[in-house]
Amino acid sequence: MTMPFYVAPEQFMKDKADFARKNIARGRPLVATVYAQGVLICSENSSRSLHKVSEIYDRIAFGGVGKYNEFDQLRVAGVQYADVKGYQFSREDVDARSLANLYARHMGNVFTHEMKPLEVEILVAEVGPEPGRDQMFHILYDGTVVDEDRFTVLGGEADAISGRMARAYEAGWSLRQALSGAVKALGGSDHELRPDELEVAVLDRGNGRRAFRRIVGRELERILSGEPGGAGEAPAESGSSPAEVDAEVAGEVGEVGEVGEVEGEVAGEDGAAAGSSGSEAPTGAGEPPQ
Amino acid sequence: MSLPMFPPEQDPGPDFSEVLRRAGLAPFGASGASSVPFAPPLPSVGRGGTPAAFDLAHGTTICAVRYADGVIMAGDRRVTAGPAIAHRTLEKVHPADAHSGVAISGAAGPAVEMVRVFQLQLEHYEKVEGQALSLEGKANQLSQMVRSNLGMAMQGFIVVPLFAGFDLRRGRGRIYTYDPTGGRYEETDYHADGSGGRDARTTIKLGFRERMSREEGIELCVRALWQAADEDSATGGPDAVRGIYPTVATITAEGFFRVPEAEVAQAFQRVIQTLSAAEVHRPHNGPEDEDDAAAAEGGETTRRRGAPRERGEGTGTSRRKRS
Repeated sequence: MTMPFYVAPEQFMKDKADFARKNIARGRPLVATVYAQGVLICSENSSRSLHKVSEIYDRIAFGGVGKYNEFDQLRVAGVQYADVKGYQFSREDVDARSLANLYARHMGNVFTHEMKPLEVEILVAEVGPEPGRDQMFHILYDGTVVDEDRFTVLGGEADAISGRMARAYEAGWSLRQALSGAVKALGGSDHELRPDELEVAVLDRGNGRRAFRRIVGRELERILSGEPGGAGEAPAESGSSPAEVDAEVAGEVGEVGEVGEVEGEVAGEDGAAAGSSGSEAPTGAGEPPQ
Repeated sequence: MSLPMFPPEQDPGPDFSEVLRRAGLAPFGASGASSVPFAPPLPSVGRGGTPAAFDLAHGTTICAVRYADGVIMAGDRRVTAGPAIAHRTLEKVHPADAHSGVAISGAAGPAVEMVRVFQLQLEHYEKVEGQALSLEGKANQLSQMVRSNLGMAMQGFIVVPLFAGFDLRRGRGRIYTYDPTGGRYEETDYHADGSGGRDARTTIKLGFRERMSREEGIELCVRALWQAADEDSATGGPDAVRGIYPTVATITAEGFFRVPEAEVAQAFQRVIQTLSAAEVHRPHNGPEDEDDAAAAEGGETTRRRGAPRERGEGTGTSRRKRS
């Protein structure tokens, strides 16, 4: 038996962080943004049944990118926590902040003490009683919590997408504007995402007790195509003009190439989205990132 | 509270009762038969089996009727504690989830708690699994909850729910009834439970028709509750003074909807007109009294003396049409 080499704590942590970051960057991204009626969560996901965005509680939603089984376990834990808390106290006492803190504590703990950090980034979003009181918590693999009040981007190419979102974002934009902005930011100018490549959900203030609602099928197509009658909104365009989006492309492609991105797809995940982000051919990497 | 992270082999899955148990919250059902196996039944009094030690709050008459678009559920609002009225406005018909409802009778405390856990259970399942349980799955869940209450039921804390919903896969309304042991029975057309359930059931039996309209269904339920309240002291009738009317709800493909109180009040008006028409011109003393009581009990059920009934029914019908 050989003695293990001494590894400096700095190096050890850095290796773990690099490992987590690299694998999360392989996952397809997710964008969340506040809009007039609540919070919009939009992600690239060609699977109809393996969701990246889900309901946690009346006004709280969950989004995850990275390794599916890991963030799905976190999601279920969140649902269990929220339901127990609501039962024990009152439905009003269940809030996103305390849930985000618990997630952060768990993920930080795993990062520090376990051999392998969680290869996920998650989002906990809560719709407030009125505009301006919506909350979004973006939690990183090491337990870092970032509190966002306009929009946030999780997963691969986050910087490029954030840049595009920052240009597109308008305070108090409508669902149609927000969705079109988010989809353009996700796809970039070289690739327009089709409705069947997207998973879209909203926390809608006007949706009654359970604010969470998925936008699927015809409704999604209608909103994206700008047809009137979808969600009753003005078909005004978002602030991101095609020219602006074009300017982004160069940087983005370079970044993707650098990471040496691998899209290890499973059957259910395969299809239109595979290879769409300008990546190399699948190399059969273990777990497919979501 | 910490984040509940379970190792895969101990994961409670979508079972919310089990999650509560793990959290040490001993939910409804967790303290059921097994936790009090040898507790002797408390000495009981009265036909309700209320323990003599204290006057337990009891909820009373509930009913469900199938109609053209789904199911109508209704329940009175009164809670009694022995001979006293404990509460006047308890809701006994609750949405279980978007497409089903649960009505409760029996010991009010455990019954309300059972509904609460049941609602959470269905929602929890839906969130964890990403899709709702089938209607039969929901009915079986409730059956397990009732069964786990058996120990309490043996001591007089009986809870008998009535479950109804719209089966989206089969496209029709379905009604399930329970006994205190958790026995689950599917009814084809209607059912009523609680201390006034028998009277309500009789009324519905006589008035039931296939494919009733919403209005007819609501009126039948309201009539059944009135008859139950007329015969059973623990069932509350309409309270026009305080504006308290029974809870009535419809469950259709569109979901569970409360019938507005004003509409229930109107249905009551029509029922009361029919019934009072049968009472007119009759002296409340002498030998006729017996007939009065019979007519009041079930307008259309009495056939001992044809003439008064004919007269009453005729007037009632014409008035109803006018209103």
